[in-house]
Amino acid sequence: MRNNSVIGWLLAAPLSLVLLVFLVAPVAMIVVVSFWGATEWSIYPAFQFDNYEFLLTSNVTFRVFFNTLKYAAITWVFTLLIGVTVAYYLAFHIRSQTWQVALFLLCTIPFLTSNIIRMISWIPFLGRNGIANSTLISMGVIDEPLEWLLFSDFSVILAFVHLYTLFMIVPIFNTMMRIDKSLMEAAADAGATGWQTLWHVVIPLSKPGIMIGTIFVVALVMGDFITVRFMSGSQSANVGRMIQNDIALLQYPSASATAVILLVTVLLMIGTLLRFVDIRKEL
Amino acid sequence: MEPRPRSFYFLTAFFILFLLFLYGPTLTIGILSFQGPGGGLTFPMRGVSLHWFRDLFEQQAVGDIWGSFSRSFVLGLMVMVTTVVISVMGGLAFRKRFAGATILFYLIITSLVIPSILISLGVGLIWSQSGLPVHWASSGFGAQLTWTLPFGLLIMFAVFNRFDASYEEAARDLGASPWQVIRYVVLPIIAPSLIGVALFGFTLSYDEFARTLLTSGSYNTLPLEIFGMTTNVTTPVLFALGTLTTVFSLVVIGVFLMVVWLLNRRRARQGSDAGRGTV
Repeated sequence: MRNNSVIGWLLAAPLSLVLLVFLVAPVAMIVVVSFWGATEWSIYPAFQFDNYEFLLTSNVTFRVFFNTLKYAAITWVFTLLIGVTVAYYLAFHIRSQTWQVALFLLCTIPFLTSNIIRMISWIPFLGRNGIANSTLISMGVIDEPLEWLLFSDFSVILAFVHLYTLFMIVPIFNTMMRIDKSLMEAAADAGATGWQTLWHVVIPLSKPGIMIGTIFVVALVMGDFITVRFMSGSQSANVGRMIQNDIALLQYPSASATAVILLVTVLLMIGTLLRFVDIRKEL
Repeated sequence: MEPRPRSFYFLTAFFILFLLFLYGPTLTIGILSFQGPGGGLTFPMRGVSLHWFRDLFEQQAVGDIWGSFSRSFVLGLMVMVTTVVISVMGGLAFRKRFAGATILFYLIITSLVIPSILISLGVGLIWSQSGLPVHWASSGFGAQLTWTLPFGLLIMFAVFNRFDASYEEAARDLGASPWQVIRYVVLPIIAPSLIGVALFGFTLSYDEFARTLLTSGSYNTLPLEIFGMTTNVTTPVLFALGTLTTVFSLVVIGVFLMVVWLLNRRRARQGSDAGRGTV
């Protein structure tokens, strides 16, 4: 068995090396720099808690963290509802496997195209003179263009849902496909209605998929900075943007301290979620 | 066949709406990129022309998009090859027990869920503090691997979870060396999944933004270039570029799907039962 272990190590070596240099070392570096000091144009090594003290005593930090959690929660609700519905439809209502594969691919293809382009493509829809406003006006629903469609919390969350629903659909579909159909027949035979079967049989058995989807969506929304910046027209803030602003001002120690707090928050959330699902078994 | 329940029609309508939501905006900018020379960022169309596509070929209108395209393309290929090789090796490694496997597994998960800006910031800091110039092919390349490798490895885990080890035993019984088992038994069976890993490696790299932001140096990749354009370009040339790169992505996806399809067909025709019963 010793030999086996050595081969295992050799095979894992390139992976370990990449993760050490580009994941572990950068995080360590950020932790170190978060204790450094900064002048207006440079940073210097030190061991001081100023950055953390400033962050943890500032109202802005808490507002921005709250805003970030708000985005994550709302996005989670919408992606979950859409994800479960679409996955359920694909898994149980589409009867031919060819169609199942085709429709599933149709749902995943946008994931492989550029996020930035997909954000840009909302402009003609949501703009002041965009399709949404002109349609509503011509239908007589509103008299003047709605200002909150683009560059608002609404458009930020719309973009999140648009970008990340696939991360819910794929794992939920994956677990639903493994549900033994005879269980649903048994439920129906025992007199369950469609809703009861869905609520008491399908959803509980889909929980691992829902958990994995939740992990993806929470991680992506919590760590985002580009969607919020672009879709809110720089009017809303989340933690990622706070970090990016500090970076733009060359305040790396302060950016690092915020990054450490963000990382701890995200890892605590994901760690909690991981207690409910064994990822390796679900793949 | 039993008749469709009423919920089927409701869910079909929902699914169609979802597809419209998913593809509608992209199709809209596809149409708007053919806007006439006097047209703006939204409807109405003021004539139909190729004006904005022509603009893409003029340096002063859009900056260095062709340079950034070729950098993104080369980087995508580098990331793709590396992701496939490392993922296969990693997938094989996790089939054996080795000390530290659990830690490595959690590192992979961390790599997937860590906010991208931390990778960007951390790698950028290491490079700048050690006096190395950040460059898309060194620091940018590594930063992107932290995003593509977890996907590659998760796919490999899924593949090996379903892999029937008796094929390997049979090969060993026939006297195959460990290397021969991998080369002639394992790799051919998992080939279609490797195409999937390659597709993820290329497209995730080609579209990657956040992890490349502070690690690519003075030469932009295409997503960075496009993002730069969003702040100062307010003409449909932006849509033309978006349409072009989306079409490029779709072509790449199409080519990969075609290869998988051909592989499966060849396999079926040659009557080999390799892989059957494992999926």
